[in-house]
Amino acid sequence: MDSWDQATLALQLLAIDPALGGITIRARTGPVRDALLALVDPRTKRIHPAISDEALFGGLDLSATLTSGHLVEERGLLAKPSPMILSMAERAPVRLAAHLAIALDKNIGHTLIALDEGAEPDESVDPKLAERLAFQVDLSAVSRHQISAEPPCVAGQPPTQCLALPVVPPEVTKQVTQIAAELGIDSLRAPLFALRTARAHAILQNRDTIIKDDVEIACALALAHRATRIPEPKPQEPDAPSPAEAQDKDANDTLDLPDELLLDAVRALLPNDLLDQLATQKARQGRGNGSGAARKGNRRGRPLPSRAGRLSDGARIDIIGTLRAAAPWQTIRRNATGGPGLHIRPADFRIKRFEEKSDRLLIFTVDASGSAALTRLAEAKGAVELLLAQAYARRDHVALIAFRGVGAELLLPPTRSLVQTKRRLAGLPGGGGTPLAAGMRAAFEQAEHAARRGLTPTIAILTDGRANIALDGSADRKQAGMDAQQMARVLRANGTDAIVIDTGNRPEPALRNLAQTLDAAYLPLPRADAARLSRSVATALGD
Amino acid sequence: MTPFPFSAIVGQDEMKRAMILTAIDASIGGVLVFGDRGTGKSTAVRALAALLPPIRAIRNCPVNSAKAAEVPSWANLKSKRGHVVPTPVIDLPLGATEDRVTGALDIEKALTKGEKAFQPGLLAKANRGYLYIDEVNLLEDHIVDLLLDVAQSGENVVEREGLSIRHPARFVLVGSGNPEEGELRPQLLDRFGLSVEVASPTDINERVEVIKRRDAFENDNAAFMLRWQAEDAAIRDRILKARKSLGKLKTSEKTLRDVAELCLALGSDGLRGELTLLKAARAYAAWRDDTALTRAHMRAVAAMALRHRLRRDPLDEAGSGTRVARTVEEVLG
Repeated sequence: MDSWDQATLALQLLAIDPALGGITIRARTGPVRDALLALVDPRTKRIHPAISDEALFGGLDLSATLTSGHLVEERGLLAKPSPMILSMAERAPVRLAAHLAIALDKNIGHTLIALDEGAEPDESVDPKLAERLAFQVDLSAVSRHQISAEPPCVAGQPPTQCLALPVVPPEVTKQVTQIAAELGIDSLRAPLFALRTARAHAILQNRDTIIKDDVEIACALALAHRATRIPEPKPQEPDAPSPAEAQDKDANDTLDLPDELLLDAVRALLPNDLLDQLATQKARQGRGNGSGAARKGNRRGRPLPSRAGRLSDGARIDIIGTLRAAAPWQTIRRNATGGPGLHIRPADFRIKRFEEKSDRLLIFTVDASGSAALTRLAEAKGAVELLLAQAYARRDHVALIAFRGVGAELLLPPTRSLVQTKRRLAGLPGGGGTPLAAGMRAAFEQAEHAARRGLTPTIAILTDGRANIALDGSADRKQAGMDAQQMARVLRANGTDAIVIDTGNRPEPALRNLAQTLDAAYLPLPRADAARLSRSVATALGD
Repeated sequence: MTPFPFSAIVGQDEMKRAMILTAIDASIGGVLVFGDRGTGKSTAVRALAALLPPIRAIRNCPVNSAKAAEVPSWANLKSKRGHVVPTPVIDLPLGATEDRVTGALDIEKALTKGEKAFQPGLLAKANRGYLYIDEVNLLEDHIVDLLLDVAQSGENVVEREGLSIRHPARFVLVGSGNPEEGELRPQLLDRFGLSVEVASPTDINERVEVIKRRDAFENDNAAFMLRWQAEDAAIRDRILKARKSLGKLKTSEKTLRDVAELCLALGSDGLRGELTLLKAARAYAAWRDDTALTRAHMRAVAAMALRHRLRRDPLDEAGSGTRVARTVEEVLG
């Protein structure tokens, strides 16, 4: 069954049993998606990420009320159970996702078709919402020629009441639960959805018993996309490292020391308020493009002058400003309408605005190449941990990128969870070339993405600076250096803050140059202290 | 749709115990439930709401006042007759605006009738009941500040847009969240009385039982509810009985000393830890229908009352629950 068939079948099942919650369809706009949506009940309501609370829950239609002069009520979309299509679901703010999740939890017949148009892998529907939708289908690989000529009719499905509810045999319940557990799905919503799917599929086939076919399809539709691991036939013993490998490992980790000692040592090398220093330093420099950390909102922060605007959700009206705007017109309006009292038109509304500091995202870009691993990967990890502690105190978000071999890898997407960051960092392997430019590019992509989400990104690069893998993956030292410089210029043009921490044995001039191009702070981790460190560690360990 | 019966929740004993304790003594100050998605956090909160004994409140009163004299004057109620309502459990959705939480000028009345009226918010509705915040760790900071303030004073004060309103807002705060997605500010952590960590059951039979019951609840509702009704009623009666016997419970000097020693050994900030531990232990003793507070009661509730109050070491990976257990072992023997 390809994903097109899955999608059409899922829509059919949804029409039979609304308690399945809904479906996430990942596809860009195009003929395939249009063909699929043509199958959906035409009465389905369309909502968009910027929909207001009034439109969802109902309330006063302010503009219409003021224009017409009498009370105009709006009926909320969620008042009546109905199917809904949420376009650009990946852009839905957390507020909307939370409201929809609560509505779906009430289980009164709402269904949601979330259209995920995310272009990047990390743009996707809010997990809170996706968790409550039974199905997820990716149509991005389907071409329009693959679409079957006669798609099944989805609207107006067989009446559900006529059929007796198929009975799920207990062994099927057990089986489905077991499969979910083996796929590494923690949530117990998944097996419940699978059971419902099996039942709905039996109804679709006009059967009142559940057969193997139903269960298979249910697992494919409701469980497969949630899997976090491939089930193994039986647990395998972890391979014991061969002696050669073990030796390699020893060679790589020259500083195989207890974490605390290492931490203390690195702590001495890093200024305590590194992050603060960085911030003030940047503020002093004053960039020409004026993109600071400030972001204009309308709910909190330092007050700014109010501005004309719509009374949408979340906006706070500036009563005085509104009255002041309406005041000069009072005589004219009174004469025009003949009514006494205050005449206020929607155009008079003044909205309060505030300026707030946005959250910061620290993107750690760590060199895990062979040369770094050979020298001081452990120390670099320690340095990152210290910065993490500072970031924690400031409630910053952090992301972790490692570059080694021929490319860079995003080990941890932006999060505030320190525990997770620490875990990923501890498991960071070393070895291979130094694709510095690729690492910087990955950091740049993350920074751009974060900026779009309203965060203020800062990139911290930890490397020994010996770039030897170019952006295209070739081992060309010269090209690699040029690529790194090129990326640095891109980052600088983008106005992203950065800091370069040199983890080499001695300060690397190329890296200092890079920092200059980046307009970033440059901070060498002096080697002498590390030598002293290993000596003192040896004494501390006694024998 | 009636919520899932509380007694039918499989396992999750610590979470259930914590919720029952706050139902016995509301002054314990709420529960924080941390765990993955789909572990039954919201199910348990909603089940608790249905389990609780109903309260008497004045009809149409925006703050659920118990007596006619307590109805705020801005409510403009004509008749002040009482009726019995279920204990309110109010959802505070993520991204709720400040206006919706505290209440604000009723723009509808202001513009159409020219009246300066107050439109009560979620805090008013939650008075004398529960305020449930799913994903509390993702709540915006300014809403958190506001909640802290109200939770501490038990009163909601609105001073803006020409309004000057204060009304009682005493509620039990129940928060849930997934710690992997972000952490909670220590100030708010401390404000929760009890904290529990839940995980999906690892035992396959237990998981199957969860699915079976949930499936029966959804597809054979009437029979399922009938089956669990009696057990829910038994818990309700036990809660009511425990509430009554709470006052008669004896607390010895020695127990107080134990409590203080335990908190000192753990280095928990402030005295809220001691107070909560004591209250939770007393509620637990009342629930068990014991007449005097003993070390056994303290052992049963120490982890949930203290684990979120320890000074957090940002680089310490081990859960603080184990730290509490270890110290309890040392101090209480």
